[in-house]
Amino acid sequence: MDVSLRIKRFDPEKDRRPHWETYRVEVEPTDRVLDALHQVRWYQDGTLAFRRSCAHGVCGSDAMVINGQNRLACVLLVQDVGTSITVEPLRGLPVLKDLVVDMDAFFAQYRTVLPWLHNDGDPGETERRQSPEQRARFDDTTKCILCAACTTSCPIYWANDTYVGPAAIVNAHRFIFDSRDEAGEERLHILDAQSGVWRCRTAFNCTDACPRGIKVTQAIQEVKRAIVDPG
Amino acid sequence: MEIHRHRFDAVIVGAGGAGLRAAIETAGKCRTAVISKLYPTRSHTGAAQGGMCAALANVEEDSWEWHAFDTVKGGDYLVDQPAAQIMCREAVDAVIELEHFGLPFNRTPEGKIDQRRFGGHTRNHGEAPVKRACYAADRTGHMILQTLYQQCVARGVAFFDEFQVLDVAFVDGDPRRGVAGVVAHELATGDLHVFECAAALFATGGFGRIFKVSSNAHTLTGDGPGLLWRRGVPLEDMEFFQFHPTGINKLGILLSEAARGEGGILRNADGERFMERYAPTVKDLAPRDMVSRAMLLEIKDGRGCGPDKDYIHLDLTHLPPEQIDEKLPDIAEFVRTYQGIEPKTDLIPIQPTAHYAMGGIPTNVSAEVILDAADTVAPGLYAAGECACVSVHGANRLGTNSLLDIVVFGRRGGAAMAEYVQGREPAGLPAGFGEETRRTIEGLLGGPAGAARVADIRAELQEEMTEKASVFRTDESLRAAAAAVDRLRERYRGVAVADQGRRFNYELSEALELGYLLDVAQALVAAALARTESRGGHFRDDHPLRDDANWMRHSLAFRQPDGTVRLDYKPVVGGPYLPMERKY
Repeated sequence: MDVSLRIKRFDPEKDRRPHWETYRVEVEPTDRVLDALHQVRWYQDGTLAFRRSCAHGVCGSDAMVINGQNRLACVLLVQDVGTSITVEPLRGLPVLKDLVVDMDAFFAQYRTVLPWLHNDGDPGETERRQSPEQRARFDDTTKCILCAACTTSCPIYWANDTYVGPAAIVNAHRFIFDSRDEAGEERLHILDAQSGVWRCRTAFNCTDACPRGIKVTQAIQEVKRAIVDPG
Repeated sequence: MEIHRHRFDAVIVGAGGAGLRAAIETAGKCRTAVISKLYPTRSHTGAAQGGMCAALANVEEDSWEWHAFDTVKGGDYLVDQPAAQIMCREAVDAVIELEHFGLPFNRTPEGKIDQRRFGGHTRNHGEAPVKRACYAADRTGHMILQTLYQQCVARGVAFFDEFQVLDVAFVDGDPRRGVAGVVAHELATGDLHVFECAAALFATGGFGRIFKVSSNAHTLTGDGPGLLWRRGVPLEDMEFFQFHPTGINKLGILLSEAARGEGGILRNADGERFMERYAPTVKDLAPRDMVSRAMLLEIKDGRGCGPDKDYIHLDLTHLPPEQIDEKLPDIAEFVRTYQGIEPKTDLIPIQPTAHYAMGGIPTNVSAEVILDAADTVAPGLYAAGECACVSVHGANRLGTNSLLDIVVFGRRGGAAMAEYVQGREPAGLPAGFGEETRRTIEGLLGGPAGAARVADIRAELQEEMTEKASVFRTDESLRAAAAAVDRLRERYRGVAVADQGRRFNYELSEALELGYLLDVAQALVAAALARTESRGGHFRDDHPLRDDANWMRHSLAFRQPDGTVRLDYKPVVGGPYLPMERKY
C-alpha cells in the first residue's frame, strides 16, 4: 500500500527551526511504521535520523510521536495507523536531530531514585527467598524498558522538567515494593520532594503511552500512598 | 573532524550483558571506559527471553556435570570441554549472584528461584528433559540487562553512550605486542575519540544481520570481530551459525524455546507432531540445529503449512491460558501484534530465524584473545559474549547458554583485565592513530553521487547468505556465496553516503556497519566451504555425516593482506566425554 509519511525534520547544522517533509513510501499493511521510516532512510533520504535497534519493542530506542501519540515505531503496524502517518520527536526533551532527542536528562532523573537493589545483609551462598506473591507485587514495573514514552507524554513534565517523571517513579516502584530491598524509605523521601510524585495530576497519559502495558499511573499512586502511609 | 583524546587503564567495547558484567568486575579496580554504540539498555541481551541454565536443583535433581555433558553433546563435540565444565560449574554462582544483584527471578512456592525445561538440557546424560533454566517470565534477558545496568549505575561506571568503536591500535601494529587504544565515532557530533589504554575487552555481540530473516537487532553487525580481523586477529569457527526454529514467519522475531519448554508443540500441515520422528526421547525439545533442519525437511517434503506450504506451526492452544499469561506473556503479545492472531486459540506460523554465532573472536577461559593455533595470547586484549568463541558452544549452542556465557565470561574477562592493568601504564598510541579512520569516514562521505547504495548491497548480501550459506549448504552453494561476497565487497568500495552532515549521521553508521557485515560473511563462507562434514549448525548436503577423524578441530580464519582468507585449524580440547552419535 501507498503511504504518506509526514515527518518533522530539524537539523541544527542546517535549519533554524523545524520543518515538515512528506515522503511517499510503498509498504505492506502489516509492516511496522519503523519499516516505513527505513524505506525513507535507505532509499529516499539518507539524512533522516531516528534511533532503532531490536525492531520488536524490547529495546526502547524508537519511541516517537506517531499521529499525535507516543508510540514505539517498531510495535505499531501501518494498517493500524492508516495511509497518512505523521511522525514527530518526543516532546519535552531537546531535539538533537529529526526524531532523535537528548536522553541525558531522562537518564539523570532515572538515577536520582537510586535504581538498584539496596540490601546490606549477607545473603550467604544461596538466593534470598521471595515468595511468588512477594515477587508478583512489583512484577508490572520490572517490565520498563526506559524508552521515555511515558515521561514525555506527561503534560506536567512538558511544563516542568524538574519533575522526575513517570519512568523514574516506575523504576523506584520496582524497588520500593521488592521485599528484598532496604532503601524504600530513602526513595520515598526522594519522591516526596518538590520534584517528586506530588507533581502527578493523574492525567493517565503515561499509562496510555507505555508500550509495555505497565499501569504507570497506578504505580505512581501506589508510591504516593506509601509516602502517606509507610506501614 | 575533531579528534578528542582520552586515557583510561581499560576500555570495554559494548554494553550488553558481557560488557556490563565485565564493567562491574573492573569497577573500583581500574579506570575503565565502557564505550557502546547504543545506550546500554538498548543492547540485544534485553531481547533474550527464555532463561539461564544452572544446575541449582531447585525443582528437580540436577548436577553441573550433567549440564556440562549436555553442553558438549549439544555442541556436537566441538566444544572445548574444560571451558564447558568451567561455565556449567560457575553457572550456579552466577545465577545466585544475579539474584543478589536484584534480578527478579520467578519463584517456587518455597521462594527459591524457579526453573523450567529447555531444549537439549537433560537429566543424567540424556535420560529425559530436566528443569534447569532459571527465568523471569519470558523476559529473562531484559531482567539481566536491567539488573547489570543498575549495578553499573550503583558503581558509577564511566559510559560513553552512542560512541561506535571503529578501530583498535596495537603496539607497533602487532597484536602480539599489546593493546594501545581504540578509536570511536561519536554519533551525536561526528567527532572521533581516541582512547589510550593498556587493555580492551570486546563485547559487541553477534552479527545475525548477515542473513535476511533474523532474530537479531539491526545493530548486530559484527563490529568487534570485523575490526579486529582487519588488524590480524583470527576468527574461530565462523562456519557455525545457529538458526532458531521458532522465529515469527517472515519477520524472524524470536519466539522463545520456553514456549516448547512450557509444553508447546511443533506441527506440520497434517497436524502431526513431527519431532517425534526426529528425536523420539526429547521430541520438540531437541537442540535447535536439529529442530530447524527437521522443520525445513518437513517443508521440503510438502508438509509445510499455509497456501504456499512454506512454514510450520507452533501450537500452544492446549496450554492453560493462565500459563501463557504468566510464563509467556511477551511472546504471546508479539504474536498478537505482528501476526494478528491469538496464541491461546490459533496455531502460530513460524520459520527458522538466524539467531546466534557460535564462532567469533578466539579466547581462552580467561577471555584473553588467542592469535593462532598455538594459543598465543594477545596481551591486554579480551573478548566475551557472542562476539567471542571460547569455545563453550562448539558447533551448536544450547538454549539459555548464551546468557550464561555472557555472565560467566564477562566476569572472568573483567577480572583478568583488571589484574592485567595493575601497575601497567598504557603503552602509548602509534603516531597518527585515528587518521585512517578519519580517512575512511571522509571517503564514505565523499563518494560520488549515484554510486553504490548501502541498503542495496546489504539487502543483496542478506539474500545471498540466506539462500546459499544458511541451514543447508553445499560446495556449489558456498562457492556461489563466496563469489557473491567478493562481488559485494568490490561494490562496497564505491559506496557513497548522501548525508553530508556530522550529527547523528546514521547513513554513515550503517555504511561502516555494512563493512563489518561483509567481513564476517566472508570469513563464515570460507570456513564453511572448507569444512567437508556436517556438525551442529553447519550442515553440508554433500557431506551429511560428522567426520571426527578429520574434523574434530576448530577453524581459524585469517584476513590476508590481499583481502583473501587463509584458514588454519586447532584441535578441540577434549575431556571426559567421548564423541558419540548425537541422538535425542
